[in-house]
Amino acid sequence: MSQVKDVLIGPIFNNNPIGLQILGICSALAVTSNLGTACVMALAVTVVTAFSNMFISIIRNQIPGSIRIICQMAIIASLVIVVDQILKAYAYEISKQLSVFVGLIITNCIVMGRAEAFAMKNPPGISFLDGIGNGLGYGVVLLFVGFIRELFGAGKLFGVEVLPLITDGGWYQANGLLLLPPSAFFIIGMFIWLIRTFKKDQVEAPEFELAKNSQKEAA
Amino acid sequence: MSASKDSIGRTLTVAVLLCVVCSVVVSAAAVLLKPKQIANKNLDRQTNILAAAGIATDGKDVQALFDELIEKRFVDLRTGKYTTVADPARYDASKAAKEADTGIKLSREDDIASIKVQAKVMPVYLVKSDAPQGFDKMILPVHGYGLWSTLYGFLALESDLNTVVGLGFYSHAETPGLGGEVDNPNWKALWPGKQVYHEGSMEPSLSLIKGSVDNASANAKYQVDGLSGATLTSRGVTNLVHFWMGENGYAPFLSNLKAGGA
Repeated sequence: MSQVKDVLIGPIFNNNPIGLQILGICSALAVTSNLGTACVMALAVTVVTAFSNMFISIIRNQIPGSIRIICQMAIIASLVIVVDQILKAYAYEISKQLSVFVGLIITNCIVMGRAEAFAMKNPPGISFLDGIGNGLGYGVVLLFVGFIRELFGAGKLFGVEVLPLITDGGWYQANGLLLLPPSAFFIIGMFIWLIRTFKKDQVEAPEFELAKNSQKEAA
Repeated sequence: MSASKDSIGRTLTVAVLLCVVCSVVVSAAAVLLKPKQIANKNLDRQTNILAAAGIATDGKDVQALFDELIEKRFVDLRTGKYTTVADPARYDASKAAKEADTGIKLSREDDIASIKVQAKVMPVYLVKSDAPQGFDKMILPVHGYGLWSTLYGFLALESDLNTVVGLGFYSHAETPGLGGEVDNPNWKALWPGKQVYHEGSMEPSLSLIKGSVDNASANAKYQVDGLSGATLTSRGVTNLVHFWMGENGYAPFLSNLKAGGA
């Protein structure tokens, strides 16, 4: 039971795929300009990671070592295409906003990373849960970033006005930078800082000592 | 890792089997969901056409409303006359533009909207009416290059073929918050009532200007506020209006209509 809990809850803060494993940053920059797309993307990645983990784990004993990455890719790519088709059919508006990023789940390092690191060595049930857990961990960061970017960049949450903008006759001057992808770098950086403030064990040992930069400090 | 698992025969079998299974799953999903996806695309287009004409669609059946109010016809841009196409339901202007026999390559001077090619035949959408000219509003598809992307939209005109009813874009990738403000309802609300042409001319005058329009000026009805912080997107919108309302766009068709028929 404790293993299930570890696998499912662990990736949210203790072993966050973005925060600690530093995987999947690229899509986190692109789809977080509002909460709606962030939610759908988190859901899509969770579904893909969970099922690809499960299928790969089912056939893990059949996959020849020499072509294992290709086999994983084939399964992941098929799942992503299916998800993309489903979104186009049932959530057209959102699929239009996500555009190429659904297709790019294929290259999301989290999916590949979990397949190679976990699903190849563990039975299907627990692999499936590991996929869900990592999807959730990714989702938490996406929602955190999306919340800040949409609220302060557009004055809205889920498209509903929270801070009335000056351009619409309100008082809030929107911060345009937050709507552009680079802002997600700063927010993700702060998120990692925040986690590591509370979870000191995630702080890596410095690779080298900074030299003292003034006489006074040295003394 | 046993030797048998990594043998060449085994590797090939696994690869082939996996590929077959995956391709069946992918093609099944694509085929089964196709009709639904096409329906979505059409619905999106119809919603945008109705929105450009200022017809509210909230909570109504878009398909039914569209069939009831809108008539789709085709126009040959060079002759400016109505024409017919082989398969009206499936005619795709952006595809036709790329083919040698159905598209036109634009020369550098003509191509002010930076679209490189255009289709000879474009669909137009008429808001049906009993009036003698047979329509109440004319909705024209337009597109042109902004800063990052091609903006696709519809421009709707009143029955005088000069007064704007509305302009809306259904697809673009301009900077959110700057050029992306082309989607802002407040900005779109500036368009209705503007005039495309000066009296007696078929040279489009309607432009976006820097800053706000001075309502006291004589030219106010030919000007729309530019988007602040988005000079290039604003210029792109002006260019695409000028192109599509000009002689390479719908001007011949509109003057034929004004003269009594197309």
